[in-house]
Amino acid sequence: MTANRLAESLLALSQQEELVDLPKDYLLSGSEDEGDNDGEREHQKLLEAISSLDGKNRRKLAERSEASLKVSEFNVSSEGSGEKLVLADLLEPVKTSSSLATVKKQLNRVKSKKTVELPLNKEEIERIHREVAFNKTTQVLSKWDPVVLKNRQAEQLVFPLEKEEPAIAPIEHVLSGWKARTPLEQEIFNLLHKNKQPVADPLLTPVEKASLQAMSLEEAKMRRAELQRARALQSYYEAKARREKKIKSKKYHKVVKKGKAKKALKEFEQLRKANPAAALEELEKIEKARMMERMSLKHQNSGKWAKSKAIMAKYDLEARQAMQEQLAKNKELTQKLQVASESEEEEGGTEEVEELLVPDVVNEVQMNADGPNPWMLRSCTSDTKEAATQEDPEQLPEPEAHEVSESEGEERPVAEEEILLREFEERRSLRKRSELSQDAEPAGSQETKDSSSQEVLSELRVLAQKLKENDQSRKQKASSEGTIPQVQREEPAPEEEEPLLLQRPERVQTLEELEELGKEECFQNKELPRPVLEGQQSERTPNNRPDAPKEKKKKEQMIDLQNLLTTQSPSVKSLAVPTIEELEDEEERNQRQMIKEAFAGDDVIRDFLKEKREAVEASKPKDVDLTLPGWGEWGGVGLKPSAKKRRRFLIKAPEGPPRKDKNLPNVMINEKRNIHTAAHQVRVLPYPFTHHWQFERTIQTPIGSTWNTQRAFQKLTTPKVVTKPGHIINPIKAEDVGYRSSSRSDLSVIQRNPKRITTRHKKQLKKSSVD
Amino acid sequence: METAPKSGRDVPPKKDKLQTKRRKPRRYWEEETVPTRDGASAGPPCNKKNRELRPQRRKNAHILKKSRISKKPQVPKKPREWKNPESQRSLSGAQDPFPGPAPVPVEVVQKFCRIDKSRKLPRSKAKTRSRLEVAEAEEEETSIKAARSELLLAEEPGFLEGEDGEDTAKICQADIVEAVDIASGAKHFDLNLRQFGPYRLNYSRTGRHLAFGGRRGHVAALDWVTKKLMCEINVMEAVRDIRFLHSEALLAVAQNRWLHIYDNQGIELHCIRRCDRVTRLEFLPFHFLLATASETGFLTYLDVSVGKIVAALNARAGRLDVMSQNPYNAVIHLGHSNGTVSLWSPAMKEPLAKILCHRGGVRAVAVDSTGTYMATSGLDHQLKIFDLRGTYQPLSTRTLPHGAGHLAFSQRGLLVAGMGDVVNIWAGQGKASPPSLEQPYLTHRLSGPVHGLQFCPFEDVLGVGHSGGITSMLVPGAGEPNFDGLESNPYRSRKQRQEWEVKALLEKVPAELICLDPRALAKVDVISLEQGKKERIERLGYDPEAKAPFQPKPKQKGRSSTASLVKRKRKVMDEEHRDKVRQSLQQQQQRHKEVKAKSTGAWPSALDRFVR
Repeated sequence: MTANRLAESLLALSQQEELVDLPKDYLLSGSEDEGDNDGEREHQKLLEAISSLDGKNRRKLAERSEASLKVSEFNVSSEGSGEKLVLADLLEPVKTSSSLATVKKQLNRVKSKKTVELPLNKEEIERIHREVAFNKTTQVLSKWDPVVLKNRQAEQLVFPLEKEEPAIAPIEHVLSGWKARTPLEQEIFNLLHKNKQPVADPLLTPVEKASLQAMSLEEAKMRRAELQRARALQSYYEAKARREKKIKSKKYHKVVKKGKAKKALKEFEQLRKANPAAALEELEKIEKARMMERMSLKHQNSGKWAKSKAIMAKYDLEARQAMQEQLAKNKELTQKLQVASESEEEEGGTEEVEELLVPDVVNEVQMNADGPNPWMLRSCTSDTKEAATQEDPEQLPEPEAHEVSESEGEERPVAEEEILLREFEERRSLRKRSELSQDAEPAGSQETKDSSSQEVLSELRVLAQKLKENDQSRKQKASSEGTIPQVQREEPAPEEEEPLLLQRPERVQTLEELEELGKEECFQNKELPRPVLEGQQSERTPNNRPDAPKEKKKKEQMIDLQNLLTTQSPSVKSLAVPTIEELEDEEERNQRQMIKEAFAGDDVIRDFLKEKREAVEASKPKDVDLTLPGWGEWGGVGLKPSAKKRRRFLIKAPEGPPRKDKNLPNVMINEKRNIHTAAHQVRVLPYPFTHHWQFERTIQTPIGSTWNTQRAFQKLTTPKVVTKPGHIINPIKAEDVGYRSSSRSDLSVIQRNPKRITTRHKKQLKKSSVD
Repeated sequence: METAPKSGRDVPPKKDKLQTKRRKPRRYWEEETVPTRDGASAGPPCNKKNRELRPQRRKNAHILKKSRISKKPQVPKKPREWKNPESQRSLSGAQDPFPGPAPVPVEVVQKFCRIDKSRKLPRSKAKTRSRLEVAEAEEEETSIKAARSELLLAEEPGFLEGEDGEDTAKICQADIVEAVDIASGAKHFDLNLRQFGPYRLNYSRTGRHLAFGGRRGHVAALDWVTKKLMCEINVMEAVRDIRFLHSEALLAVAQNRWLHIYDNQGIELHCIRRCDRVTRLEFLPFHFLLATASETGFLTYLDVSVGKIVAALNARAGRLDVMSQNPYNAVIHLGHSNGTVSLWSPAMKEPLAKILCHRGGVRAVAVDSTGTYMATSGLDHQLKIFDLRGTYQPLSTRTLPHGAGHLAFSQRGLLVAGMGDVVNIWAGQGKASPPSLEQPYLTHRLSGPVHGLQFCPFEDVLGVGHSGGITSMLVPGAGEPNFDGLESNPYRSRKQRQEWEVKALLEKVPAELICLDPRALAKVDVISLEQGKKERIERLGYDPEAKAPFQPKPKQKGRSSTASLVKRKRKVMDEEHRDKVRQSLQQQQQRHKEVKAKSTGAWPSALDRFVR
């Protein structure tokens, strides 16, 4: 394309040249033979000169830069063509050749690469550096944040930070150095020795020592390695099993099975010789397998394989044999074993287990009840109950049953429960009987009991479940009807229900008799104050009632006060009447009259009310009147600003809070601020508080020893920082707070999350790259 | 023996099983645990017991935690204790029969709690919240400790109880003296001092010393328990009142003209002429203030530690001769002839409060030790008991045949009234209840009209000064049975007294702090706070704590036009406004509801206070 264009342009130029050259040729015809070359050069020069006359096109030709239309031997220029010359044009051969492909590729690569950008300003670079450094250091420092926070919130800091751990002498050392001297001590030691209590020999076993010390690093590592190994082994094993499972060959499986059976038999034989007990256990397993077999429908010629074989059996002897084999096996497996002695033993086992199960609980309770601890006592009974309901269902029946019988026995018999109870009673009696009979039974055979005990357990569990359900339903009923408080008292509702109810049963249980005794007294005591208080109340009511309405306050206050002071109060009946005043009724009345007369003049109440009114007026904030008489009006004597004006220029004072004695007619409370007290109060809220209520709450508790116990006082006044005299306080180090100190860890922090560069920073980078 | 652990609980697998079954990877603790258990089984009962107790104990912990109302500080400790009871087991295998700290009754703890949790705080930042939590935890802890230490108050107050229907008032002193032990019986005595007229008397704060002064100048101080006389003088002037200062070594006597101060030898130390014609004296022990009420109508506060007059207040109510102090907040109560009782503090020129109590003049005022009740008697022959907790309303009123001229409260709230030559004592139910004026608890007739009354602190003794001398009566249940040995120890030695004196002086409360609410110091001065805030805003030109106004975020793609910005702003503003309106509406509704509930409910019964 470009080449064509070049050719065209060249043609056009040459024609032009011919036109221009005409006169020249004419002039220089004689010297034409001198050579085409000379002539051409001349011509070129001329052209140049002409073109240079035209100001527009006057341009200095480059010495030699690129290809141009005028291909001279010195110059390469693109002048004249419409567009720029592209590098590729130069390199492109006329005919494409493969040898130039690499060059082309290189060229393309060069082309695709962007120009190298200008380096950033020095300031900008520095800024970025600074920012990165800042981020880095904050990263490094941020690991101290929790430490700093902890230290700030700590109640007390003790410096120097590293503590020398006090050497605690092991107790056995202390004990070994100690000798019993007094007779009492000797006696105690004797007792101890009699009971083989460890006294002098190491009291702490190695285990205890180990547990006392924290797990050491090595140990932890070992453990970890162990665990790892176990895990790896397991995975190998699993893989192997999976692989083997995938094998489809029946023959292979048969072989394996047979091998296993053989091996098992051999092992069993060995075991029987070596450890008969273990062998028995194994036997049990086999027995279990038999039971499983009996339960299942295996080996009964009912499977797919068996059916297919049955079809074949007519013709195939092998098939028939196989079927027969299967049937035989079935028979063998399902044969019922009848060993009388064993079953007996089993029963005995169950009995024993049961005996173990229940009486434990009973013992526990009794033991606790006998114990001297009052609060242990209270809780233990409830405990057993809770434990029974929640955790150990096998413990449940006994205490629960007792309870039920106690609480419900007479009141309303619940049918199911009774049945259950009866069942349980029977069971217990049976157990007792067996207990009597089997006292002499040797306790050696434990192994066989497991399954039987399991059965018993499951039975008991079911029983417990039923009981619980019954309980719950009953409780619901009781709560819905709200009938019998005793039921609830006896049986605490679940904790979520009502804490009050919960508290009550405890008390009842602990001090049952006591309360029963004291109940009547208590009630009396409680009832005693009532009439008194009520009497007071009724007495007070006439005085207090007028406090409520506020509308007719002024008027009513008067009446009210009158009431207050003149109410006829009952006179005291005293045994000893003052001697001077042994007057008869008449005289008394006389005296009263006299008093009345004496007080007739001074109306105490009116004076008081007046005083109060004055005080209230005085304490009210005053309005500000800004009216200027004569302003904007006619001047003169006797001016009276108009009401409108006055209203306009009157600044009403904001109404203050209601007085404390607003509703107390007989009281005047001073509302003035006590500045002397205020001088002692806090007037600036300290930092984290935003409202004075918050701060007030923190200063409510006094810290002086007058109001606190010695311990509390000491704790409240512990210094924030304690330093040891004569010790150098080193700056905190990473090791002190449990960090591993190394510059690598710091670096790793940074590398892990490489440059959490802020968005601003990113933007800046982008900008610079664009530039 | 080995069957014991088989009882089906989650006991770890036993040794034999361990051997036969597939071996687990050995744990560093496991292998050695087994032998120890075997070793421990040497003492089977112990071991068994342990195992049985375990679940139970865990339960126990729950209950304990409930009963101990502790929350924050103990919680991190407790579960650790209970999770591995093994570690708690002592070396010998014996067990603590009382595991865990002893529970503390909630009511007792409540008594020592001072933070009012009913007030709801505004929303607070996390930092503030943590501080509040710390404060609350501290309070909790200290109050629990205080409740625990109640255990040390071993003495219990006694009371006279009549056998079915018997009136205790009929029991006379002779009967009581006969019934009690000799030491207590010796506390009842009579001093026959007919010569020097009616006596005023005062017990020292420890209750060990007694000072009395007769109208005709007889002044004496004695250790009344041992009856050892410290001094006896005649001041040759009318004695109006007498009072011990902070210790028994100093004695203030209001004489006819001036106030004099004597030491326990009877040597006159000071004559204070600025307090003239003093009629009544009161000493405020924690402020070291001697309050004097004078005939001229002035209430003067004298700081006895520095000898300065702190305040001289004109009551403007004529002659003052009825005065008592409120031991709770050190406010002085003055009774006036116009039937009012005024409450005074040296910090204020005007009375803190004025209560109209009687139609006639007030004859006597007394305030109980908790500062809850005030008893007044007036010329109208009435005896009233007022509630001082903000309402100042009479709780009970009785008309006495002759009116009471003198009143006094005991430490445990017994009220005594002197009427002529008879003293009547009323008792209430318990300590913090007002004395019920239905039936007198005790009565006693003296040989002359009563002139001074005081219950002896820490003793069941009432001292009565009358015209015939001094009588010391036995009043069972009057005094506080447990004294604070550091504060007022009746048995203290001279050295101890000196030490206490120094401490008390160091802890002297400034006189300005006397006000109706003694806990005012634990409050923030809100008015100054607000003012300071206002000033700061003025100074800065803006409110630094104000919430920044909403500034809509600039958005792109032409959505950040001015109009849309304004719209967004308006939206937020409207939302805030709506919130406010909603809140105020809710408040209104609540108020309505409260009013309704109040109106519908009948007059609250007195028993409502027991409802929780």
